Amino acid sequence: MKKWMRLFLKKIMRMLLLLLFVSVGAFLLVSLSPVDPLQANIGQTALGALSQEQIAKLETYWGVNEPLMERYMVWAGDFLRGDMGVSLLYRQSVSSVIMQKLLNSLLLMTFAWVISGVFGFVLGVLSGMNRGRTIDKAIKCYALLTASTPAFWLALIFLLLFSVWFKLFPIGLSVPIGMEAASVRLSDRLWHAALPALTLSVTGISNIILHTREKMIDVMESEYVLFAAARGEKKWEIFKNHGFRNVLLPAITLQFASVSEIFGGSILVEQVFSYPGLGQAVVTAGLGGDTPLLLGIAVISAAIVFSGNFVADILYGAIDPRMRKGGRP
Amino acid sequence: MERIPVLNVENLSVSFSQYAGVLRKKQIEAIKDLNVTLYPGEIVAVAGASGSGKSLLAHAILGILPYNASMGGRISYCGNSLTSAQAQELRGKEIVLVPQSVSYLDPLMKVGPQIRKNAKDKPSREKTLEIFNRYGLAAETENLYPFELSGGMARRVLISTAVLEKPKLVIADEPTPGLDAAAAKRVMEHFREIADEGAAVLLITHDLELAIETADRIAIFYAGTTLEEVQASDFAEGLKLHHPYTRALWQAMPRNGMQVPKGI
Amino acid sequence: MNLHRRKHAFLLLILAATFLFLIIIIGFLCKDAAMETDFVRKNQSPSFRYPFGTDWMGRDMFARTAAGLSMSIRLGLFTATISAVIAFMLGSIAAVMGKAADAFIGWLIDLMLGIPHILLLILISFACGKGVRGVVIGVLCTHWMSLARVIRGEVLQLKQSGYVQAAAKLGTSKGKIITIHMLPHLIPQFMTGLILLFPHAILHEAGITFLGFGLPPEQPAIGVILSESIRYLLTGSWWLAVFPGVSLVLVVILFDYIGSMTRRLLDPASVHE
Repeated sequence: MKKWMRLFLKKIMRMLLLLLFVSVGAFLLVSLSPVDPLQANIGQTALGALSQEQIAKLETYWGVNEPLMERYMVWAGDFLRGDMGVSLLYRQSVSSVIMQKLLNSLLLMTFAWVISGVFGFVLGVLSGMNRGRTIDKAIKCYALLTASTPAFWLALIFLLLFSVWFKLFPIGLSVPIGMEAASVRLSDRLWHAALPALTLSVTGISNIILHTREKMIDVMESEYVLFAAARGEKKWEIFKNHGFRNVLLPAITLQFASVSEIFGGSILVEQVFSYPGLGQAVVTAGLGGDTPLLLGIAVISAAIVFSGNFVADILYGAIDPRMRKGGRP
Repeated sequence: MERIPVLNVENLSVSFSQYAGVLRKKQIEAIKDLNVTLYPGEIVAVAGASGSGKSLLAHAILGILPYNASMGGRISYCGNSLTSAQAQELRGKEIVLVPQSVSYLDPLMKVGPQIRKNAKDKPSREKTLEIFNRYGLAAETENLYPFELSGGMARRVLISTAVLEKPKLVIADEPTPGLDAAAAKRVMEHFREIADEGAAVLLITHDLELAIETADRIAIFYAGTTLEEVQASDFAEGLKLHHPYTRALWQAMPRNGMQVPKGI
Repeated sequence: MNLHRRKHAFLLLILAATFLFLIIIIGFLCKDAAMETDFVRKNQSPSFRYPFGTDWMGRDMFARTAAGLSMSIRLGLFTATISAVIAFMLGSIAAVMGKAADAFIGWLIDLMLGIPHILLLILISFACGKGVRGVVIGVLCTHWMSLARVIRGEVLQLKQSGYVQAAAKLGTSKGKIITIHMLPHLIPQFMTGLILLFPHAILHEAGITFLGFGLPPEQPAIGVILSESIRYLLTGSWWLAVFPGVSLVLVVILFDYIGSMTRRLLDPASVHE
């Protein structure tokens, strides 16, 4: 158990260190930009709405006179205290913008994550179990087709089909237009998230299918499955007794490691459906020169991705008896 | 009275196709013209060098060859030719395999459930414990994962899988690698016991010494085929060996002075 | 695959490559037609004369699509090649330059994979002040990670292999070992890795352009075309999104096909398929 704790702590340290480097890298990138957040937005109403103190702070972050390292230290110090700065476009603190948008995005991503995870697993298993048969070919074909289809284009096509032609779904926004935020029901939110989430699931599934299929084939070609067959176990028994548990482990890991992909896809899909999530906010921030918001979202999304990877690692250790009992994997 | 052989393999061949380069095709014949016969109660060893494709013989009999392999020749079981449908029906019941290593056990499944093929009823559990007892395995072995087994334990667990049913034909594929001489001998005694209970045991091995000690007859396997089949006692004495390779093999054995004749 | 199907596959592979090459040429020829506006023929649905229809400024969508694809393919070829070279170098360095280099490159890969890909592209594009330079740098800097891992693994395996160790013991020079014993094994890996990078590079270029960070709006790029089409979809001009998108998917599939076919033809175990 001690050994396990040490591994756990090591993984957390690694994650935090990676996060630190991501923040340095992201800070460096936005600082390299020829877009000066103060110049780009000066004179605009955005700055007018800010207090003198807030403007002063922006200058310490982005003022060209200070050396890069010092600016980063000031920014990171504030960030750790929960102050991510002020968004120039939204005229609110970056943290509150991220909170709002993140909730919308999480709804969308969780939905897509679960759907693509479950269906991807089932289809991948089916495909791998029936390698070379028609069903395998059909599933593989679907996976390769969707892997080649850009999510944003599929979003356009779904918009065209379901919203414009069949008028089944609303065209955009996470809530009906003109409705008070307080009076929005959960069902409205779900309704508006449905089409973007569907798009994300349809394309996000391909990777899960192909990986699960690959693993399933490995399992089916393993010596223990050969032995199970030699002992007269039928196909279904082999799957039930050996295939399922051996393929579930890598599938769970993959599922948590796929957070990054779903996140990336959501940026494009949110743009098409004008869904007010984190993805749309980051595009707006990037195009509008809202450096504090862009940086904030970059760090938060990296934190989410690393957490996903971290959970994958931990789960692997908890489920696999070889890891759990301290043996070699 | 004419005895009916449990297993009779005639002119068995197994081949694979493979590509060399972009457009050239190559046919690899792993087994050709292999013959072996087993009667009830006897142990017959197929002995040959490691990695020469002996395991494929076991897979061919059980009908579990990989799908890119093709097979020729005739295999008959208890007097009738063994079709793949029959093999599927019989394997795990009358025809059982004792595999080479612990990697033939599901790494994520405990030993007990694995031996009884995940059956959860009481008789199966009792049977498992009874077999464990027979092979000197503690009852707790049930709850171990394969990676927790020691080499000797793993071997006994693998043999346990064979005697769960009442087999007529036991195919043991390299059952002794990694064991010291004493442990290997004990394992062979287990197989002798199974044979004495009336089953035929096909022992596939690279260990000629061991084969001579335990088997009734030995078929020498070389370059994908069986050269000749001799009584183990004859082989031990160096008698009636016709094929030059077999004779050379005999001479090369430690007890016969380890001479390597010219031209081999 | 049997021999007949192999020959078949080989032929299809050449056909696919020729087709992609043709798109590049046609795109070049269509460059001017793609920019030509003519309000007499605006918003026409697909016809014999304009197979992909025309847009609200009367531009020929077929010409625009061809020019856009040509642009995408050329950008894809360029960025994927450089990305693959980066992958090859970093992968080999990680495998042969010792533990510290390996750890550093592994760390770098984890770092790069930590930010969602599109977001990383947005950041790089932002750093470069948007425009073509941003896309090119972004795409070529963010696609080397998985191939680098493959190359690293392959080199490590080769280093351990019996014949390389034997050659080293026999006193064969390092350079000779690399050229005679290692490169022949690495080149197929590198080639398939390179070809399989194209689809990603092209899709990411289109995606980032679609979001408004990549190629400028005056360029007839697929991302630009699709992003412009959103407004007109609602008024029923479906062809503005459908045809350019289908063409893009087709190109990506073709590259994918060429990549996986190359791999299968070069892999001796492919007979199992």
